[in-house]
Amino acid sequence: MKVQAAWAVLDLVPDPEVPALSLRDLGIVRDVRAEGSGLQVVLTPTYSGCPATEVIERSVIDALDGAGLGPTRVTMQRAPAWTTDWISEAGKRKLREYGIAPPGPVAAGQGAPIRILRRTEAVACPRCGSARTERLSAFGSTACKALHRCLDCREPFEHFKPI
Amino acid sequence: MTASISLNFTPQVEYLLRIADTCLILGQRLGEWCGHAPVLEEDIALTNVALDLIGQTRALLTRAGQIEHQGSGRSDGPYDEDQLAFLRDERDYRNLTMAELPRGDFAFTVLRNLMLGTWLKLHWDRLQQSSDAELAAIAGKAVKEARYHQQHAADWLVRLADGTDESRRRVEKALAELWRFVPEMFAADAIDDAAVASGLGPARSALREAWQAEIAAVFDAARLAAPAEAAFRSTGTLGVHSEHLGRMLAEMQFLQRSFPGGAW
Repeated sequence: MKVQAAWAVLDLVPDPEVPALSLRDLGIVRDVRAEGSGLQVVLTPTYSGCPATEVIERSVIDALDGAGLGPTRVTMQRAPAWTTDWISEAGKRKLREYGIAPPGPVAAGQGAPIRILRRTEAVACPRCGSARTERLSAFGSTACKALHRCLDCREPFEHFKPI
Repeated sequence: MTASISLNFTPQVEYLLRIADTCLILGQRLGEWCGHAPVLEEDIALTNVALDLIGQTRALLTRAGQIEHQGSGRSDGPYDEDQLAFLRDERDYRNLTMAELPRGDFAFTVLRNLMLGTWLKLHWDRLQQSSDAELAAIAGKAVKEARYHQQHAADWLVRLADGTDESRRRVEKALAELWRFVPEMFAADAIDDAAVASGLGPARSALREAWQAEIAAVFDAARLAAPAEAAFRSTGTLGVHSEHLGRMLAEMQFLQRSFPGGAW
């Protein structure tokens, strides 16, 4: 009961970098367990250097303690490594609505040899849906995103990179 | 000023520090591009790569501190990531010398990122099978990031080599300057032998062929030829550094030395 209530709360805690997504949408909450009179929440980091990690930990504790479900203890679990495949379907839809092209499936590109320049994969424009887009930069405002532009509606947009 | 910490060096600790310090020192050098890259997008890209490297460093140094503590006989707790990053003397850093060379121009940075990024990616790939579960977990995360770093550097190297006379001249100059630091990346020694024996990780020397193949693919696209191997051997992984590391550390360590435990 308490664990279910905790998941519902976590569904409302926004990611500090991409507030359109909840922590649950992002797929970084690996487990929630009852522990004594409180809760243990297991999180997994998105990127090794993600500066939001500490903020996320704090916001989980604040939200659950604030909802009267605490005391909350957060532990970090590194393996298995987080992948954008864990972003929920709802999360991918929210990303698109927010103006960020969601990541495609990871499996295909894993372990592939590096490719030089010319790439064929098209990232659909989150605004007009056009597949005629081009990448401007491999890194956007955060390490998890790349910068693209749409050749039809001419708007720049970010792409959440599959990882 | 806070006194330096001294470590109980075991082969395991040294093995971890070689990778951790290469990430740390390269990350610090890339941070120097903040506000100085040729275009805004690359300013952001290079500092994002730096951020990944520092994040990887934090995890590795934390693990290295725990392992160091097991063999130290000290009764206090293990050194944490900050103590290890900021309170060691220059001779106790184990990074590849290539990582500590001054920032250089954009071509130099791109080529160094490609060479070290490929070296790190090959390490992370193999370290996913490490007998040390924590190291394997760190590697599982880092290998994904390293692929993007390598790809980014490879793209830029080809663009610069295939760009203007000036950009190509700079790439060729960077290659001539950096190539003599490559042999250290694949030197064999007892520390690596111990890592292989215990299943901790691969020997650098075993990564040479894969590295050469991946670099050759990019060089082919960039119409670059690998220079002949020089007799010179750099020795950063043995703790004997170029003149450049000490100056970098003076700046990097200043805050923690003057304001011990300072955080913000």
